[in-house]
Amino acid sequence: MRIPSLLAALLLSGSAAAAPAAAAGDLDALMTLLAQRQHGHVQFVEQQFLSVLDHPLESSGEMRYDAPDRLEKRTLAPRAETLILDGGILTVDRGKSHRVVDLHAYPQAQPFIESVRATLAGDRGALEKLFALEFDGSLARWTLTLVPKDAKVKRSVAQVRIDGAQDQLLKVEIRQSDGDRSLMTLRPAATP
Amino acid sequence: MNGSRVRALLVWSACIIIAAIVVVRARYITDLSAFLPDKPTPTQQLLVDQLRDGPASRLILIAIEGADADTRAKLSRALAAALRRDARFARVENGEPVTEQADREFLFMHRYLLSDEISAQRFSAAGLHAAIGDSVADLASPTGLLFKSLLPRDPTGELLHIIDQLSATTGPETRDGVWVSPDGKRALGVAQTAASGSDSDAQERAVAAIRAAFATAGAQGGSAAAQGAPAAAPGPAVLKLSGPSVFAVAARAKIESAALRLSLIGGALVVTLLLAVYRSLPALGLGLLPVASGALVGIAAVALGFGVVHGLTLGFGTTLMGESVDYSIYFFIQSRNLRDSGAERSSWAERWWPTVRLGMLTSVCGFASLLPSGFPGLQQLGLYSMSGLVTAALVTRFVLPALLPKAFSVHDVTPIGAAIAAVLAPIAQLRRVVVAACALILALLASLILYLHHASLWNRQLSALSPVSIEEQNFDAELRAELGAADVRDLIVVSGPDLESVLRGAELAAGALQPLLDQKIIGSFDSPAAYLPSMAAQEARRGSLPNASQLRDNLRQASTGLAIRFERLQPFLEDVEAARHGPLLSARDLSGTSLNTGFESMILHQKERWNALLPLHGAEAGQEIDLPRVAAALHAAHLDAARVLDLKRESDDLYTDYLGEAIHLALAGFAAVAILLLVALRSALRVALVLCPLILAVLVVAAALAACQVQLTILHLVGMLLIVAVGSNYALFFDRQGHAGERSSLPVLASLVIANAGTVIGFGLLSFSRVPVLVALGCTVAPGAFLALVFSALLAPPGAARAP
Repeated sequence: MRIPSLLAALLLSGSAAAAPAAAAGDLDALMTLLAQRQHGHVQFVEQQFLSVLDHPLESSGEMRYDAPDRLEKRTLAPRAETLILDGGILTVDRGKSHRVVDLHAYPQAQPFIESVRATLAGDRGALEKLFALEFDGSLARWTLTLVPKDAKVKRSVAQVRIDGAQDQLLKVEIRQSDGDRSLMTLRPAATP
Repeated sequence: MNGSRVRALLVWSACIIIAAIVVVRARYITDLSAFLPDKPTPTQQLLVDQLRDGPASRLILIAIEGADADTRAKLSRALAAALRRDARFARVENGEPVTEQADREFLFMHRYLLSDEISAQRFSAAGLHAAIGDSVADLASPTGLLFKSLLPRDPTGELLHIIDQLSATTGPETRDGVWVSPDGKRALGVAQTAASGSDSDAQERAVAAIRAAFATAGAQGGSAAAQGAPAAAPGPAVLKLSGPSVFAVAARAKIESAALRLSLIGGALVVTLLLAVYRSLPALGLGLLPVASGALVGIAAVALGFGVVHGLTLGFGTTLMGESVDYSIYFFIQSRNLRDSGAERSSWAERWWPTVRLGMLTSVCGFASLLPSGFPGLQQLGLYSMSGLVTAALVTRFVLPALLPKAFSVHDVTPIGAAIAAVLAPIAQLRRVVVAACALILALLASLILYLHHASLWNRQLSALSPVSIEEQNFDAELRAELGAADVRDLIVVSGPDLESVLRGAELAAGALQPLLDQKIIGSFDSPAAYLPSMAAQEARRGSLPNASQLRDNLRQASTGLAIRFERLQPFLEDVEAARHGPLLSARDLSGTSLNTGFESMILHQKERWNALLPLHGAEAGQEIDLPRVAAALHAAHLDAARVLDLKRESDDLYTDYLGEAIHLALAGFAAVAILLLVALRSALRVALVLCPLILAVLVVAAALAACQVQLTILHLVGMLLIVAVGSNYALFFDRQGHAGERSSLPVLASLVIANAGTVIGFGLLSFSRVPVLVALGCTVAPGAFLALVFSALLAPPGAARAP
């Protein structure tokens, strides 16, 4: 099972055809592929659609990832902000303000961060601890849907949807329970 | 029995009964207050209050070690939950977010009084535009999203700002939701007791409550862990506590047990020694009478003189035994000796009592020098020893002869004296010039060693006196460093006549500190004014809120170009209008929230004096704060009511002052002893011959301690005083014999050696105790007393100490 699916992945890579495949095997293959990746550097554009606001917020910047648990999100526009996740600790720097947040203390903030972090790390165990997983597509073009398991978390986040191709993440959409949502589009950074 | 003897017995019985009543009714304390000054300056007063009752004194540091990280985190949560329900604790923190609903509601409700951002400028069109723009931008970040629902009511983000203001300090690292040490090997927590730090009984109950709660949590968690993961078993989780109150509780237990144990063992050994020498039970019973009477009267004198008796004073009971038991030894052996040579028993009073009396008076002189000390502990020791010695000597002189049975006799100790004389014989053959030269060389050698160590000779830290062991002190320092936030070493203290003035001062100080924050000279600071702003500040903030129509206009202008429409912010307009007409906050409003604890821990109220404490935190963990720059910043802002306080340094300075004072007093005491001897002996040469062996003994002991890298403390100094006090008896006996031109009497020599053995046993035992102050005393006096006897014998005038 394992070898054919890997083989299939290899054969299909580059092909645009995204046939629905044996999901469980492909999820394993995807996780293995992602886990092999030690570093990542992408640019992002994030849009937030919040009902309290009249038009979407848009921000952009770059993200760096170092396996297994360091994630740095550097927002450059419209205002600079650095968000560093190291272990379970989130450090937020904006202007003069410096805030350290322990994610364990804020389970409702976890889906926003751990979903991306664990997916990048190919850490299926961590993902399944927090979410029910659903895999669609193939390695070449996949969609991972994460639904929080914890009832408390579910009250703030309905689902996280991650689109990707091979070991690249392309889109992260977070749907909040109150109908607000955010969409982050990623592309490889221009400079390595 | 003649009339004077009956009178002596009656007086003695009456004194003993009164003393016993006083002793039973006395109050005993065991905290460190014996080593805090009794007449402090205002800064010292603050320090003493801090050490005794301040927030720091009520802090118990909690560490959970062993087991695995998961178990430690579980135990930490279970323990904290149990303690939070316990009324004995005012505050329990372990890193869990317990900013409870009530706290949050309070902060939100009063945000326009509490936030230091509130000003007319903030509510102008431009100010609102900037503040709302920030809040909207905040929404883009995961932390900001938590406040999304509050945006229509709090578009300027005051709640988030207040929370930042209150938790300015970045606490220790957190893992699995609880505080951990940087290496992750222990879970950390802090509990603040409701009772004051000086209430040792309440502190003891609080410490016991933590241990019990941990045991319960362990029992419950242990069974759960056993079901979950039976494979890995890295040993059971261990609870470790530290902090001033834990130390005080442990110290009390330690001092009590050490005092009791050492007194019992020392007593047993001395009894055995006396029994071996006297071979008579009545003699033994009578021999202990002066000691017991002395101890009883000594404690009674301290109770009457000071109101309270410090536990350590009782611990020194053995020290008194060291000297007072000598009196009866001299009496029994020497009076037998006199009788053997045909003299009447009462002739001891004529022959030897003046010598014993002079020895006793020298000791009293030495101990009297402790009375003017600033340390109640030393004063007590001085008074205890003086009254105890006088009593013991008087009982020996007047009560013992009255109680002696007719056919009373102790075993003949002449053979012991002969054996000792035989040992001394080879030296006695030496020419006096040679002995003197040897003594001089020894003195020079000791002085040289002391000179080489002079820089590190004295320990200048208050902690040197603490009954807490070095390991425990290090563990405490480690925990404090790891907890970071909870440590209060550097403080700004703002004093004033009322709460309003000190809160106002704290606000001004906060303004003066702002540049230091920006330059990272300090990392952060806490202030009681963050919890409860001064009335003036609250009024200014309330007054700066624009009226409804003005705010509406400003907001309408401000919202152009923002992602949020003006209409959505209607709740904001209502809240501001309500705040404009709401009452100001007072300290009473804080009660009922956990904020009250934070506030109260930073306010110290003594009689007519109020102090606001602003703990300073370094920009990085372990960073030493440049206090002179902080002081300069406060000075530049003309904040005369604000002072910078380095608690650790202040307490060490305090101790250094008292150490210096004690050294002067000890020298004065020595001078008094010399003058007393000069008056009594009327010969400078004789005084020199009496003092030389004592000085030599002190020098050699001090040099030996320095060579062993032992830093000297006040208690070593007291020990040296004791060497002089006890040793003077030996030297005086040799002087008496030498002056009378008599040949040395073997029984007298034996009595000195036996008395010396008792002293060495009593003090030697102290050095095996685990209480540093007792160890210091023991390891000084035991060898010192022995050397004093040896040197006295060797340097004795011709005739004395020589075999017939």
